[in-house]
Amino acid sequence: MNRITQKLQEDKKILSIYFSAGYPNLNDTVQIIQDLEKNGVDLIEIGLPFSDPLADGPTIQASSTQALKNGMTTQILFDQLKNIRESVKIPLIIMGYFNPMLQYGVEAFCKKCAEIGIDGLIIPDLPVDVYADEYKAIFQKYGLINVFLITPQTSDERIRFIDSVSNGFIYMVSSASVTGSQSGFGNTQESYFERISNMNLKNPQIIGFGISNKETFNQATKFAKGAIIGSAFIKHLSEKGSGKIEEFVGEIR
Amino acid sequence: MNFNVNEKGYYGEFGGAYIPEMLYPNVEELRENYLKITSEPDFKAEFDQLLKDYVGRPSPLYFAKRLSEKYNTKIYLKREDLNHTGAHKVNNTIGQILVAKRLGKKRIIAETGAGQHGVATATVCALMGLECIVYMGEIDIARQAPNVARMKMLGAEVRPALSGSRTLKDATNEAIRDWINNPVDTHYIIGSAIGPHPYPDMVTRFQSVISEEIKWQLKEKEGRENPDYVVACIGGGSNAAGTYYHFLHEPEVGIIAVEAAGKGVDSGFSAATSKLGKVGVIHGCKTLLMQTPDGQITEPYSISAGLDYPGVGPMHAHLAQTGRGEFFSVTDDDAMNAGLQLTKLEGIIPAIESAHAFAVLDQKKFKPTDIVVISLSGRGDKDLDNYIDYFKL
Repeated sequence: MNRITQKLQEDKKILSIYFSAGYPNLNDTVQIIQDLEKNGVDLIEIGLPFSDPLADGPTIQASSTQALKNGMTTQILFDQLKNIRESVKIPLIIMGYFNPMLQYGVEAFCKKCAEIGIDGLIIPDLPVDVYADEYKAIFQKYGLINVFLITPQTSDERIRFIDSVSNGFIYMVSSASVTGSQSGFGNTQESYFERISNMNLKNPQIIGFGISNKETFNQATKFAKGAIIGSAFIKHLSEKGSGKIEEFVGEIR
Repeated sequence: MNFNVNEKGYYGEFGGAYIPEMLYPNVEELRENYLKITSEPDFKAEFDQLLKDYVGRPSPLYFAKRLSEKYNTKIYLKREDLNHTGAHKVNNTIGQILVAKRLGKKRIIAETGAGQHGVATATVCALMGLECIVYMGEIDIARQAPNVARMKMLGAEVRPALSGSRTLKDATNEAIRDWINNPVDTHYIIGSAIGPHPYPDMVTRFQSVISEEIKWQLKEKEGRENPDYVVACIGGGSNAAGTYYHFLHEPEVGIIAVEAAGKGVDSGFSAATSKLGKVGVIHGCKTLLMQTPDGQITEPYSISAGLDYPGVGPMHAHLAQTGRGEFFSVTDDDAMNAGLQLTKLEGIIPAIESAHAFAVLDQKKFKPTDIVVISLSGRGDKDLDNYIDYFKL
């Protein structure tokens, strides 16, 4: 069974952390993953840096740009992760924009992920329709879970369609925004969380965008299986370096 | 072969809508409605009336006698430079603001490179009384100061794009992020024939008035609707798309596209996408794209802010791939000299973007009997500082 599916069956709220691979330093990737697991993180999203991250706010953009300046490439990331399964057990997802995957070759990319022990992908600018028509078979061949986003503006009909194409979890974007721009949730978000929760979807939901601390994590996981922290963790890395991960995760849980 | 968009939003393998889910409702709303709205009689009437009385259309098709003598062929200029606001861009902004109004949008955003599209957007927002925010690369703000001042005077807020190369590509990123953050009340007026479907087709349709007029104007002057060649400069490709549109399926009409070679195609400072690009995804569409082997989008370069874009509209990528379009690249130096030559021979100062199209006359030999229509997409007022610097005037 895919590690993501297995993890989602555990009776606990999932804490997922996103970071940009190659940031703050090119070779921090493996250490960061190991430290996150050691401190009780359930799932990790490894960001494959891109020059033009359309759905990201300034914090993730800046970390992505810095990672590219540090020399990060798709091949280097794969090389860094080559032996990751010798030390890390929790599910690992690569999150990145479509163009670098297209250049690597979508099938070659998926094959490499499977070899390394990557469990899933999140590709914000690969729409579910195109995936279903052109790429689903490849992902399935390599046992990869593809995770799709929904937002407060996504229609119920489309959510049902996304649920039918998904086989891991649904990434529930908390509000109409790019990453890192919200702090705290109001009534609008809570009613949206509740609406989705009441749809009884086949896939569990994990909420992302706007989760930055214990309070927002608890608020989000009242309605969903888990929550994802990205920009807040990257801010922590940029302020404290990669050696103080325990401090960050400890404050969430 | 079909050179228009198909029902799935593709031109051959190019196009589509590669957008984050956050943009899906906005783009889908537009896709479902744009053809319906633009084919309604009251839309057409309002669009045509504004093009006539406000923009000043039809724009003249001018026989350039002295230029024709110099190159021993028959050259006509399609005078988009005479439009209100000084370029072809306003054809599209008029169309899109009328669509936005019918969709009930209250707030308009746009990206701009040279500032022509920003000015054209700010203009129609003033005309319709809508809030307007224009994203513009910090570098472009510096090199196109008069247009920045015009936008501000028209009531638009000009927000600098500070990321990446701080030019058109980054301004587009910022506009897309704004749209993600404002999904309900905002319409994004894309200025070029790029972006997710239906944008390339919608922009092309609004700009197609250029080739529609060329047909009847040429018929009046030469007794035939079809020239032997149509020539246009290409950045994203909106003036080119409009200039080619009604000739795409007329095989006797040669389609010539002129890209910015910058300091030379292989110099590392270029924007010649058809030569340097590979298939990729940028700003919501699959097209030819300048990028590293690793799929990172590279920084283009051109002296002309309007051509300084690492991709090209999907329609043009298809024209390049199929060979329907003949693609040339013109250096900064050749473009500047062509601009000065047009000024001296015809008394017309072209925008540096448009000047690129004229430099093709030194690269391709036309027959004396050929009729060549060149799109003079914009006037050079905004580029005076650049001309002065370059020629030490």
